[in-house]
Amino acid sequence: MSATPADPSTEPAPQLPRLGPVGTVRFVWRQLTSMRTALFLLMLLAVAAVPGSVLPQRGVNPGQVTAYFQTHPGTAPWIDRLGGFDVYASVWFSAIYLLLFVSLVGCVLPRTRQHLRAMRSQPPAAPRRFERMPAHREVEVDASPDEVLRAARAVLGSRRYRVRADGSELSAERGYLRETGNLVFHLALLGLLLAVAAGHLLGWRGDVVVAVGDQFSNTSVAYNSLNAGPWVDVSALPPFQLDLDRLDVAFEQRGPQQGQPRDFRATVTSRAAPGAASQRSVVEVNHPLQVDGASVFLLGNGYAPVITVRDAKGTELYSAATPFLNQDGNYTSVGVVKVVGAARQIGLQGLFLPTVAFSDGRLPVSVFPDLKNPALALTPFVGDLGLSSGQPQSVFVLDTAKMQRLQGRDGKPVRLLMAPGDTAQLPDGLGSVTFDRVERYAGFSVRHDPGRVWALASAIAAMVGLGLSLFVPRRRVFVRARPVESRDGSPRTVVETAALARGEDTGLDDELDRLIAALRPQRHTTLEEAPA
Amino acid sequence: MSVNENLATTANYLLYGSMASYTVAFLGFTLDLAGGAARAERVALASAPQRELAAVGAQGPLRDDAPTAPPVVPPARRKAAGIGVSLTLLAVLLHVAAVAVRGVATQRPPWGNMYEFATAGSAVVALVFVATLRWRDLRYLGTFVIGPVLLMLGLAVTVLYTRAGQLVPSLKSVWLAIHVSVAFISSALFTIAFSLTVLYLVQERRERSGAAKRSFMDALPRARELDLASYRLHAVAFPLWTFTLVAGAIWAENAWGRYWGWDPKEVWTFVIWVVYAGYLHARATRGWQGRKAATLALAGYGCILFNFLVVNIFFVGFHSYAGVS
Repeated sequence: MSATPADPSTEPAPQLPRLGPVGTVRFVWRQLTSMRTALFLLMLLAVAAVPGSVLPQRGVNPGQVTAYFQTHPGTAPWIDRLGGFDVYASVWFSAIYLLLFVSLVGCVLPRTRQHLRAMRSQPPAAPRRFERMPAHREVEVDASPDEVLRAARAVLGSRRYRVRADGSELSAERGYLRETGNLVFHLALLGLLLAVAAGHLLGWRGDVVVAVGDQFSNTSVAYNSLNAGPWVDVSALPPFQLDLDRLDVAFEQRGPQQGQPRDFRATVTSRAAPGAASQRSVVEVNHPLQVDGASVFLLGNGYAPVITVRDAKGTELYSAATPFLNQDGNYTSVGVVKVVGAARQIGLQGLFLPTVAFSDGRLPVSVFPDLKNPALALTPFVGDLGLSSGQPQSVFVLDTAKMQRLQGRDGKPVRLLMAPGDTAQLPDGLGSVTFDRVERYAGFSVRHDPGRVWALASAIAAMVGLGLSLFVPRRRVFVRARPVESRDGSPRTVVETAALARGEDTGLDDELDRLIAALRPQRHTTLEEAPA
Repeated sequence: MSVNENLATTANYLLYGSMASYTVAFLGFTLDLAGGAARAERVALASAPQRELAAVGAQGPLRDDAPTAPPVVPPARRKAAGIGVSLTLLAVLLHVAAVAVRGVATQRPPWGNMYEFATAGSAVVALVFVATLRWRDLRYLGTFVIGPVLLMLGLAVTVLYTRAGQLVPSLKSVWLAIHVSVAFISSALFTIAFSLTVLYLVQERRERSGAAKRSFMDALPRARELDLASYRLHAVAFPLWTFTLVAGAIWAENAWGRYWGWDPKEVWTFVIWVVYAGYLHARATRGWQGRKAATLALAGYGCILFNFLVVNIFFVGFHSYAGVS
């Protein structure tokens, strides 16, 4: 920052004071904690949050992100590099809100200190010139200055002002709760951030599909998917168990909203640990079950056709209620069966339709979500299921890379279309497939979030603080009484009052009018009434 | 539990009736406003001598024999405004009845889809206006309040209309009554505040440029008053919006197992909250008061409209209850 001009013809640069390292830090800190910066960061936060609502997000719907990559192969990698699919975990979004919180702390802590000092100390002394205040009144009364001040003190005291007397002057202040509320609001936001962080680090969430009649044990391997915070030991999840006894569903039967879901209700038996006392309860949408520190939510449901595969001799190779994932509002569902016991591994790729309808030459479709006319369409494959490759496989996807479709005698690929109770023979003496019946399954989401209570407490504190900071008026009132001699020679008192508020306050004039009305005896002369 | 179709039809007729009534009220207010400039000028002329008198009076003690009675300004008979107020009252009655009857017909809080949200929300806008009229003469604002109400209702019955029906399971909760009602009450207040902010910006511009041109704006309050009124509405609406956000999070925790999941609707509710928080901060920041702060309020309302009309219909998420096909 040298101020020596290299060329004498140029004007000398203005002599800037040297800041030095401490000064620079202080300068940056002042800038960061200024209201202007906070405002700028707030606006930036609002703008930065928007892309996450337009682009699919990994944390919300990873499937959509994959689909986006397929439909936009050119731009998707770039968006990904910029964090566009993880906006709320991205560096830039985090930077904005963390800076905002730093700015908030830098602003709120000094204010807290000041406020604590103000609450312990007396209101500031009255200013010299009252007429410069936003509200100002002057009246002449008969009472002596002492009487006037005593009366004013009583009135202000009853209106919850803190009063300081200074000879012939009073200064009074009320509404400290406004600032208290403001500080509580901002500190509660900080509490909210910490609660969210705690939930992220210490919480976990798992999704699992359970067919009616099946049992679920809360271990990490039992989940279809499990997201755990970095500080969670997934091998030590609470050992509770759930039996899904029943699942009742209801759909709108007629009218324009036909087929819309109306009611889902799962009846479960839960135990805090294997062998512990069991308890029967109902899990519904909006009514989660609390068990062993975790909450169990009913988030989905669907159909699990019970499928049995036998070899040519009639030996059972596979028999299970197999969950099929629904794809649309009419529960057109897809699923797979993987049979490993036979000499040649068998894979069945299936489509389940709760209420089947056929149209010429097309695939059958489902026209209603409930079981009115169920049908199961299966396409059998033989070969290597790829289970020994060591790669983890989804139970809902068939890897057909090393498999062939089975062909019938006519050389066309085999396709089985079955109703409950049907049995079909597989070609080449591979055995038979039976569609025994249909069960329902429930999609449960199990969640443990130790931060949520704190998040709620912070949110409530923030709302209370916000209400106080917006609706409690913070006002200062000043009173000065000075003796004068009236025209007839009797002693009188001129009372000057003024009021000042923090923030927008339209009640100042009323406040002074009330005060003066209380000070005035019946007879008085108006010297001057100066509205604001 | 099925829908009582007769009652649902009655609710629709009540709403059409209220729209007809609002339309005539709107015309009344607009006619009144058109005559307002001339009236404002007459009042200004008539009160000019009075001001002088007052100035003289302040010099010394008042004499009893002084002609203290102000020159009589004939109170303008504002027939059109009177019609506007009466028909607004009628319209509000029909409107509230329409919302209530729809609730009875469906046996649930009548705000389960966008159509119902818009009709209930616009009812709150009109109710707040009518309630305020009881203690302050805000008839000049009628055009700018009933206008948006009519727009909202028009949009509701044409684009957003959804036949009365039952709710999907995720909406069956006591939080529907709490979260959604506070959401539309707060949106309604933001709507009126938006109207006032626009008027403030126009008025402020006229005052700054010292426009001598006569305009209906002369009949409206001064910029400072419009600004204060808009701030007060924002100051009530913002905590309500905060409550909407928190109540929504509690409900989401209950229904979906997480209190915050960056669902598009959640994102936009948050964006709106941040923008209005920015507005409140701007009013306390030197160099940002007045016009700049007002611009932020406009941006906030833009986000509300976007959240309601675009996010609900075009963004896929957990909050897809629009019912618009």
